[in-house]
This record gives sequence, C-alpha cells and structure tokens, in this order.
Amino acid sequence: MTTTSNLGAPESVFGQLEQVLPLVAKPIQYVGGEVNSVIKEWSDTSVRWVLMYPDAYEVGAPNQGVQILYEVINGVQDALAERTYAVWPDLEALMRERGIPQFTVDAHRPVRSFDVFGLSFATELGYTNMLTALDLAGIPLHAVDRTDDDPLVVAGGHAAFNPEPIADFIDAAVLGDGEQAALTITDLVRDFKAEGSPGGRGELLLRLARSGVAYVPSFYDVEYLPDGRIRRVIPRNADIPWRVAKHTVMDLDDWDYPRAPLVPLAETVHERMSVEIFRGCTRGCRFCQAGMITRPVRERSKAGIESMVERGLSATGFEEVGLLSLSSADHSEIAPLTTSLADCYTDSQVSLSLPSTRVDAFNVDLANELSRNGRRSGLTFAPEGGSERLRRVINKQVSEEDLIRTVTTAYSAGWRQVKLYFMCGLPTETDEDVLQIARMAAEVIRVGREVSGRRDIRCTVSIGGFVPKPHTPFQWAAQLDHETTDARLALLRDAIRANREYGKSIGLRYHDGKPGIVEGLLSRGDRRVGAVIEQAWRDGARFDGWSEHFDYDRWMAAADRALAETGVDVAWFTTREREHVEVLPWDHLDSGLDREWLWEDWQDAVEEVEVEDCRWTPCFDCGVCDQMGTHIQIAPVQIAPATIGVRE
Amino acid sequence: MAFSSGFSPHPKISYANAAPTGTASEAEYVEIAVVERVDPQGLAADLDAALPPGLDVVEVVEVRTSDFADRLQASGWRIELLDIPPEQAQEAMDALWSAESVEVSRRTKSGMRSIDVRAALVAGGVEEQTRPSQGSGPAAGCAILRVVVRQVTPTVRPDDILAALRSVAGLSPAVPPQVTREAQGPLGADGVTIGDPLEQDRENRADEAASTGA
Repeated sequence: MTTTSNLGAPESVFGQLEQVLPLVAKPIQYVGGEVNSVIKEWSDTSVRWVLMYPDAYEVGAPNQGVQILYEVINGVQDALAERTYAVWPDLEALMRERGIPQFTVDAHRPVRSFDVFGLSFATELGYTNMLTALDLAGIPLHAVDRTDDDPLVVAGGHAAFNPEPIADFIDAAVLGDGEQAALTITDLVRDFKAEGSPGGRGELLLRLARSGVAYVPSFYDVEYLPDGRIRRVIPRNADIPWRVAKHTVMDLDDWDYPRAPLVPLAETVHERMSVEIFRGCTRGCRFCQAGMITRPVRERSKAGIESMVERGLSATGFEEVGLLSLSSADHSEIAPLTTSLADCYTDSQVSLSLPSTRVDAFNVDLANELSRNGRRSGLTFAPEGGSERLRRVINKQVSEEDLIRTVTTAYSAGWRQVKLYFMCGLPTETDEDVLQIARMAAEVIRVGREVSGRRDIRCTVSIGGFVPKPHTPFQWAAQLDHETTDARLALLRDAIRANREYGKSIGLRYHDGKPGIVEGLLSRGDRRVGAVIEQAWRDGARFDGWSEHFDYDRWMAAADRALAETGVDVAWFTTREREHVEVLPWDHLDSGLDREWLWEDWQDAVEEVEVEDCRWTPCFDCGVCDQMGTHIQIAPVQIAPATIGVRE
Repeated sequence: MAFSSGFSPHPKISYANAAPTGTASEAEYVEIAVVERVDPQGLAADLDAALPPGLDVVEVVEVRTSDFADRLQASGWRIELLDIPPEQAQEAMDALWSAESVEVSRRTKSGMRSIDVRAALVAGGVEEQTRPSQGSGPAAGCAILRVVVRQVTPTVRPDDILAALRSVAGLSPAVPPQVTREAQGPLGADGVTIGDPLEQDRENRADEAASTGA
C-alpha cells in the first residue's frame, strides 16, 4: 500500500498470462483492450484503485457501478482505476501452478500492487469469488493479517449494507452511492501517503472510520447473548462513530457517468449501453431491498438523459440503449422521453429498451412506442405475488383486473408473448396463494387468444424463491425452507400441466429452493458466518451464482463445521422469525430507514395493509430524507450554474 | 454499414477462414458490406481508431469480384517451437512428408471428425531461430516451422499440424508453441507460394482508373 509509490510501475503479468491463454476457455475475457478502457501511467498517479466485480467477465463487464467508478476515479488527475474480474477455475488452476497473480485486465498489473481494492457486491453469492481473488493476489484473506504492502480491501454494492458475514475479509465497507465516497477515499489515501504514511495501515483505517466515509468492521466489537443472539455492537474507541450512514448522490445531472461506456470485445450478458434515468424507488414493495436502501427517488432530467444517450452512442457504437432504473416507467417524463428518443433513432439501427416490469397499460404504450419498427416479441410484467391477498402483504399494488387489462392491451397491440415474474416463499404465503398463479396464467392465455384471435400466443411464468433481506420490512421474517419451496413449485407445475385447454401455452421457469437458503444465510448472517464462507471456499466453493458450480451440500457441510461451537446453525439464520427487540447484525449501519417505521410496515404487511408511494402522496415518514438530509428530485430543471431539485 | 433484413437485423460482416483462438495472424480478411460508397483509406483509418491495440487494419480494398473467399486457397503458418531444437523438428517434418496420409481427430460442431493433415500439406520446412530471445519469444537455436496448408473442409489448423507431428514422430513441445498466420490467398503456379487474394480487385481498379483517365 505504501511502499509501491516509491518504486517503479509493477511489471505486467501479460507475458506469463499469454502462455496459458491457449489452454483456457474464452481467453479473450482476460486480455482487456476494450474500446474506452483507460490505461494511465503508474508513475503519474499517487492513488491507484483496482475495481472488481466478483463474477466472470461476461457478467461483470457490463456492470454500471464499476463502469461509473472507473470513470470517476480515472477522471482524477493523480488517480487511476483498473478492473479485475473472477477468473474461471481452469485459469485459476493454471495461475496457481505457474505463480501468476490476480491481475487487472487493463494493464495486467498485479492486484496486490494497488492502494485500494474495491469490490462491488450486487449479490452475496460473489463472496467466495472475492476470497479466490484475494488468495490469487497474494493478499492475506483476513484483514487482521494484512501489512502496509497490501491494498485496502473495500466492499460496496447492495450487499455491503450488511457486510458482517465478510467482516473478517474486508478492511472497510461503503454504503450507498459510490461516486463521492470513492473521491473522498481517494483524497484520504492521497493525503496519508503524502504525509509519508504515518502510523501505517492502522492509522489509515482509523482516518477512514473517523471520517464516516466507510464502515471499518475491525473497530467494532460484537457481543452475543447466551442464546446466540447479538447483545450489542460497540465501537472500540470513543472517536469511532456508533453508526455509519449510507451515501446519497443528489442532482444526478451533475453525475452523468458513464460518459464513454466500455465496449467489451468478449460477449457479455448485456450487449447494450445503459443509461440510468433515475435512482431510488418509493413504490414500497416490502421484499425489495433495492427500493428500500436507495431512497429517495432522484430523477435525471429529460435533457440530461438525451445527451447521455447521444454522447454514449457516439462514443461506443452500441445498437441498443437500455433506460435503466428500478422501475423505468415511473420516470415523470418517461412518455415524452421515449417519444423523443424514438423519433431521434427510428431511422437508425439503434433500438431502445425499457427494463421495466410495471403492470399497467401505460407500460404497454411505452413498449409500443419503443418498438415502432415492429419488433414485438415479448413483454415482461412482475405481479410478484400470485394472489390478491399476497400482493397486499408485499405491497405490490396490482389487482388481477389491472393485470388482465394490461395483457389484453399487449396482445391486441401485437405482442405474442407475455412473461410474468413471481416469487415463492413470501411471508404468510400458503399453497393456495401460489396455485393462484396457474389460474391467473390460464386467464391470461384465455383473454390473449380472445383479443388476438390467435392460438400461438404464450405466457411464461418465471418464479424464484424469496430471500428476506436486511433493511427491509421483511428483515424480521422467516425464510421458507427449501423443501416447502420445492413442494409448492411442484404443485404449481402440476396445476399448469393439468390444464388441458391452456396448459400447453404456459411455460414455467423456476429454480429449486436450495441456493436461496445459502443466499439467505449470507444476507442476514452475522460475523460468525464468515467462517462458513471461508470453509466453503476452502472446500472448493466458487461462482455460487452459477447453478453448474453451486453445491448446496458443500455449503451445509461447511456450515456444520464452522458453526459447530456457536450454538446457532443455518436454520437459525434463515428460517427463524426475529422479534422486535432482537439486535440485528446490521442495526449499526444506517440506510436512513427508521427502524420503527420498518417494524410498523412489517406489521402492516402481516395485516395486509398497503402503503402508498410518497412521490404522489404525502410523506409517510420512512425516515430517509430527514436522516440523510435528502429530498425527492422529480423532473429536475437545469438552471445554470446550480442544479435545483423541484420537490413535489 | 449494411444490415441484414429480417426480424433482428445484423450487420453484414463476413469473416473468411478466421484464425483459431490462441493464434496470431498477419493475414485476416473481412468483408464488410456498406450502404453507400466510402473512401477505403478513410474507412481503414476509422476502423483502426476503434479497434483495440494489436488489431490493425492493413488495407481496405473495394470489392469488384464475387469469389473472394474462394481465392483463399491456402494458408501459411509460422509455428515457433520454443523448446524444440531444429534437428528434432526436421526429423518430425520429414516423417510427416514421407507418410502417405496422417489422420488426426478433432471435435467439431458435428462431433469428432477425422482430418488428413498430410493431404492438405503443400509446403513445410524448418528454420532455426537465430535472433536472441525477445520477451517471451523464442531463444536462438529453437525450431520454427513454416507450413502451407490447402484450404479444405474441415480446415486443417495449426493444432492439427502439431497433432500430426506428434503422431508420426512423437513431437510434443512442453511450452505452448507460438503460432502466427503469415499469409492467405491463391496458390501460385508452382503450387507452393501464396499469392495476393486482393490482386484481382486491385487490377480492376487500375483498369478502371486507366479507362477513366483515357
């Protein structure tokens, strides 16, 4: 961390890597060289970041968070950022055999020679890939064993809102939007190094913790009650904050990143350019961690979005633009925006997509507008819960009437396939709630055939297991065990098959419940779960988000060993309902949501009481804006030189 | 740029005999269809600006003929065997030449296929690396194969040539060989040298220029 600045640039490992590339699958994912990638001179910079999305390149390269931070940091004159991704097991084995360290894809520099190693966790299933990367990099797995020659290991992304399961492995966690936090950390590291790194690694961690920019787990002690619950989490020193708050970037028009998105040479999961049209969501779906931890809603202006689309396309040559957000049809200017973009690009090969799952006719109108050229294949909607009752529990305010009206509009506008997303294992759910999905899908096909006059229309039901997440009203809920999840899904499958009239037009896609239990353990776990992750990794766990690599039995065996002395087990972390008074592992991490409001919302859920969206109704005191000093920004207007958010 | 018609239009680009993954090439040919006439030099410069380092556009020629891909009759490969002395490589190459046919198996999209490497072989010799080692390149004294193979179906790749040498003479380099395609094109009258596949298009252009001038 501190010594490399005085030495020359670390040598590229490409020469060594080139020797093994012919021996591995998809070698192009390791060579870098993407359009808009940046390689800065090592000696011209004083703060060097390596950013990792801990999954395969094809999944990680399109990630917006990493692309944004890559540009933000590289935009600082004396800072640089490079990227690294998880290597597949075939390359991992060869790297171990030949002593090739974890490397960046930009300049192929060893990860250990950087100052800060930032990892973005969209999902907890990337934890084992972090351990592989640390180990291949030659960085000690445990933060406590690291020296001044090791980078600061900093976790971000949604999973960082409960970093306790990886507290042993990370030096710090940043909660919330990363743009300004990355710049603050860059400043801290620069100043510290300029002073000659007084006090070494420990002092730098202290400065990080004191500033509040990041949560440094090693400065907090966790005490447990005899029954295994947490007694309290306390800072070790008086100058360490009791709680660490999330970061919120306001005025999105001032943060128009990525300006020149990366164009991967290798095939990736999203072959398109994304433009984030707003951040945050206040629909209030109780299962949705993203909607809870990214409040308030902050829209980018229509003009700002248009210029990002135009500039991004000319910088990349992409042929598809995705208008990204948690619920894109909710942007207050979405109709004029899609019309003007469609007008602009209708004669080109550029197509626009709206990854939105809102269930209403307005959404179909937008989809029609975006498919003027006549490409109307499939539309996706997310009712999430199978019955009206269950949708009240999760606060997904969609009636069956809404859904049928929406799909009727879609089929009569020429769409041939409708995809419906659901979850299984939601709180208070019964078999009957899930079986309602079969009935609803049959009704969709019935009206679809009626309005389209065709028999070749289809409806695909996609259903996944629900995993309760921290900082949501369901953080206290019991997760459904995987046996019951699988049994319910089997009932649903049989019910769809049994429908002789419509069953053949209904597709069912589902995953078994076992991976959800591991995700649940990692999501709501505490520091004791760190030993489980390490054990599973030592036993070979890699790429846990990939069904061909995931091994449930390996995880359970690892948990049995690692939790043996603790008195708690996997069921305790997953299928156990928590009480109001229990200290949750993430209570000292502040997402802005008022704990009492969350608890009331949980009680409302059980009583099937819905709550409105604060964009269109008065504030209902979730706590975020007051706690964080933020406010809703709808249809912002650029008034030079300052940007003013108009509050509605 | 031209796009295919149909449900999901794709850019009209065709890669003729693309070199296999893991090999270098100095002779790849790509046909790109455009919707309006463009200046070849300008297009070359624009493409070069967008391509990653190491991928260079050598030349852009306007197509005047329709049988371009058919003119890629043979491929010339340079195979650097970093840990094999020239004598050993020569013995292996001699064994390959003296065999009547050498079949190797490779997994293709349609399952395991048997390929006769000897039948496709039109030239093949061994040179000695005389330059001192540069980076990860070969050290002086190691063998360099220069091989020309006829374009057949399925294509005989450098891997197949190496498999054939292993099968006839037990040649098995421990260090992965560095393979570079040096040329592609029509076979000359001698049946060994590779000509310029773009020659006809260039000649036509010259004719046209001459007639315009007159």
